[in-house]
Amino acid sequence: MTLVIKQEKPKSTFSKIVEIISTMASRPSGLIGLIILVFHVTLAITSPLYAPHDYKAIDPSLMLQAPSSEYWFGTDSLGRDVFTRTILGGRTALTVTFFGSLIALLWGGALGIFCGLVGGKIDDVVMRIIDAFLSIPWILAMLLIVSLLGTSTIVLIPALGFFYGKGIVRVARAATHDVIAKDFIVSARARGHGNFSIIWNEILPNVRDAIMVEGAMRWSWMLLGFSSLSFLGFGVSPPTPDWGLMISNARGLMSFAYWAVLAPIFGLSSLIIGINLTADAFAKALGIDRSTKAPV
Amino acid sequence: MQQVVQEIKNLSIGFTSKKGEQISILKNISTTINKGETVGIVGESGSGKSTLALAMMGYVKHGLFTISGECIYQSNDILKMKNRELENIRGRKIAMIPQNAGQSLTPNLKIGYQIDEALRLHTNFKKEDRDVKISELLNKVRLPSPETIAKRYPHELSGGQQQRVAVAMALAGNPDLLLLDEPTTGLDVTTQAHVLELLNFIAKDTGTSMVYVSHDLGAIAQVSDRVIVMYSGEIVLDGPVRTILKNPIHPYTYGLLKSIPKLTLSGLPNSMSGSQPQPGTIKEGCSFYDRCEFAEDKCKINSPELEFVSELNTSVRCFNHKKLHKKKDEDTKSSKKVLRKLNKNEILDISSVSISYAKQKFIEQLLNKIDDTNPTVKDINIKIDKGETLALVGESGSGKSTILKSIAGLIKAKDGIIKFDKNKILSNDLKKRDANYLRAIQLIFQNPDESLNPNHTVEEIVSQPLKLYFGLSGNELKQKIIEVLKKVRLGEFYLTRYPRQLSGGEKQRVAVARAFAAKPDIILCDEVTSALDVSVQAAVLNLLQELKVDFGTTYIFVSHDLAVVKAISDRVAVLYQGRLCEIGPSESVYKFPSHPYTEVLLGAVLEPDPDIKPKLVAEDIVEEKPPEKGCSFQGRCPRLLGQICKTDVPPWQIDENGNAIRCHIKINDLKNQQISN
Repeated sequence: MTLVIKQEKPKSTFSKIVEIISTMASRPSGLIGLIILVFHVTLAITSPLYAPHDYKAIDPSLMLQAPSSEYWFGTDSLGRDVFTRTILGGRTALTVTFFGSLIALLWGGALGIFCGLVGGKIDDVVMRIIDAFLSIPWILAMLLIVSLLGTSTIVLIPALGFFYGKGIVRVARAATHDVIAKDFIVSARARGHGNFSIIWNEILPNVRDAIMVEGAMRWSWMLLGFSSLSFLGFGVSPPTPDWGLMISNARGLMSFAYWAVLAPIFGLSSLIIGINLTADAFAKALGIDRSTKAPV
Repeated sequence: MQQVVQEIKNLSIGFTSKKGEQISILKNISTTINKGETVGIVGESGSGKSTLALAMMGYVKHGLFTISGECIYQSNDILKMKNRELENIRGRKIAMIPQNAGQSLTPNLKIGYQIDEALRLHTNFKKEDRDVKISELLNKVRLPSPETIAKRYPHELSGGQQQRVAVAMALAGNPDLLLLDEPTTGLDVTTQAHVLELLNFIAKDTGTSMVYVSHDLGAIAQVSDRVIVMYSGEIVLDGPVRTILKNPIHPYTYGLLKSIPKLTLSGLPNSMSGSQPQPGTIKEGCSFYDRCEFAEDKCKINSPELEFVSELNTSVRCFNHKKLHKKKDEDTKSSKKVLRKLNKNEILDISSVSISYAKQKFIEQLLNKIDDTNPTVKDINIKIDKGETLALVGESGSGKSTILKSIAGLIKAKDGIIKFDKNKILSNDLKKRDANYLRAIQLIFQNPDESLNPNHTVEEIVSQPLKLYFGLSGNELKQKIIEVLKKVRLGEFYLTRYPRQLSGGEKQRVAVARAFAAKPDIILCDEVTSALDVSVQAAVLNLLQELKVDFGTTYIFVSHDLAVVKAISDRVAVLYQGRLCEIGPSESVYKFPSHPYTEVLLGAVLEPDPDIKPKLVAEDIVEEKPPEKGCSFQGRCPRLLGQICKTDVPPWQIDENGNAIRCHIKINDLKNQQISN
């Protein structure tokens, strides 16, 4: 048989990542999302190096100053520099939610794939438990955990990871269900491969994309959730700067010191928008259109 | 002068690629559809036949656009019409019957309502008149008791009945032109023959012009007056059906007809090399150049124009059509003889196997028993010799795939024993099977798109059995993979490909390679060629045959295509509703189909020859469940004896050729009856 076929080289993982990122950046929304996200991450890593003031220096004489050349975003009710606190305020939130999302991704993905694969009674029972957890308002449960175990990051990361992983279980299970009926799984079964081998070799490469996109979306939700906890006073303890906490402290004075509340709001919402846009572009670059598949 | 219903002038439809290039799907199509004429459009997948049919309705798929040309209906270009204007034409003047009627009918509306809706939109009848018209339409498409059908929901009808309803809906507006997009592809053999016969009748009765799009030359041969053959977005041949099918003067059609397995031929058909080029890859020259056995140097550079050959009344796009003109019949009938290597060495013994899909009750689960008096598959006894190809044939629901899966251990059999290599009993639980037995039995699936993991390279796919059964790794593994790929005629550079970068035939070759990598004794083939294009099908069949000769592998071959089965099998087992009807050497089964069901089945096979009409012996009723008592075929049998068929399971009878059938009528009487018909 004479066939003229153009030779293609296999792609390395690195070049695949480069390709995905360049596809993401090729759309305006993806590019904006990536820029915002990279900006926030860089800021979080480097901000302690150039923060102009001490974030915890209280000076009653400087209370609620309007933005000036010295205090770019003004000062808050305790006379602390809002600019310094804003650029430092995303550090805890980003770290906690990033690791929280990773945990959510791992346990949610693993349990989802497992349920999708085994099916039957086990699947039924596990999914009903997940449904039961979904019906509990997560914030109440979080408040309970935090008040029992304290607000340290060691408590917050796994707790948030647990609550935000429930949705991933469903997505991973649904994605596995799509794959499980395909003949290549039947073929692997007929050859006599074990469950672990089927999950690792046959299912995971096909559901990985869907789970990762879901994880990226959960990250932005978790960020909002974490900030809500801080806002309620259960997240980060003062004087550590945190957007949620800053909004909570300054909101009473909003009518005459709007800067103290606007700056952290801007920080928080831009980060969430950035993650959302990036996650959407990521999904499109991987060929998953979230607009046609509603997340559970 | 014939009245023209639609005229297509220089139509090109295409899309813009990612790189900004304009790529044509249809290239300069010009043809006319005359009144009362049935035109068959044939081509493989990707030849642009459906795009052409849709353009005739003034519809261009999202992402595609008209590059040039027009589609003239009643002196207007329908491709330039606005939606409002199209509404008056679609359904009323030009109607479409889709491929899958089951999906095109709204599932939660009753049939009567849906036809009424079509009437309301496309005609000016009053309510009372419409009710009469509904019955009339349902009668016309020969649905039994129209009143009851009208009150049913789509899911309560069988596939053939749904297709008839779709025809009735299309006829509601009394259109001038009826477009049919593969209307019988998803149907069973017997149902297909009935629907085609109905379409023929309607064409004559109403004088409607029809455009029949299909990849199946057999179906095209039965309905069309004129045939258009498409290849790679171009019309390559256009002429009367007899000329096209009996004296094809284009090399593609010539090769295509040779590669179709036919009942009248013995042995495997010749295969065509290569596959259809992707749109946009051919820049100059004839698009068939790569695969053409008559190609010359000028074909590579110059594209042939459509040329009218007046003596045959046919247009052809080829420089060398005169060569083929002289070639004619004697060549078209040549075919390779199948090499048979039979040594009487029993490798698989299936005895009294029954399989049930019934849900186990709680108690039964505890006792690990299934209590089903009427299982889906019952009482299967087959012995298979080493190196034999046994085919299981039957319509959908006959349990052929179920039996295959139970041999592979994927479905637990309710009763019965499957013995491998004389005395080793195969457990019906996959997990309890010995690794060596798992290796010995390999499966090849129908659709390679589903059976190959889309995220694995060819190397990873073929390495799976090698790693699992032989524990190979590193360089040794790689060498072995290359060796296996070579056996299925794939080069080393395929190693890094993903399935999506391969054509349908190549994908199926990879699937075959994966099965053979395990060095199996038995390969179970589940409709391995039905997802492939006709020209590729023959190549895969030939490959399987060659591998069998080389390795002495035993095949169990499941198919609904009786011509394919005839070409490849040594022995045929005919199944109806999960019960065996007839089993015997394929030559004698095809020559003297003794069992009434085999007779019905073979009668309905469509040959790509307009002069061989299918014999429609029985009604195409679809039975949901096998009967509780008596013969499995009692519901449709044209030779029903009487009460005995309904109460007693027929006994086995064997004739002198080794054909075994299950029927109450004496085997010789059956043969005499058939001859007297």
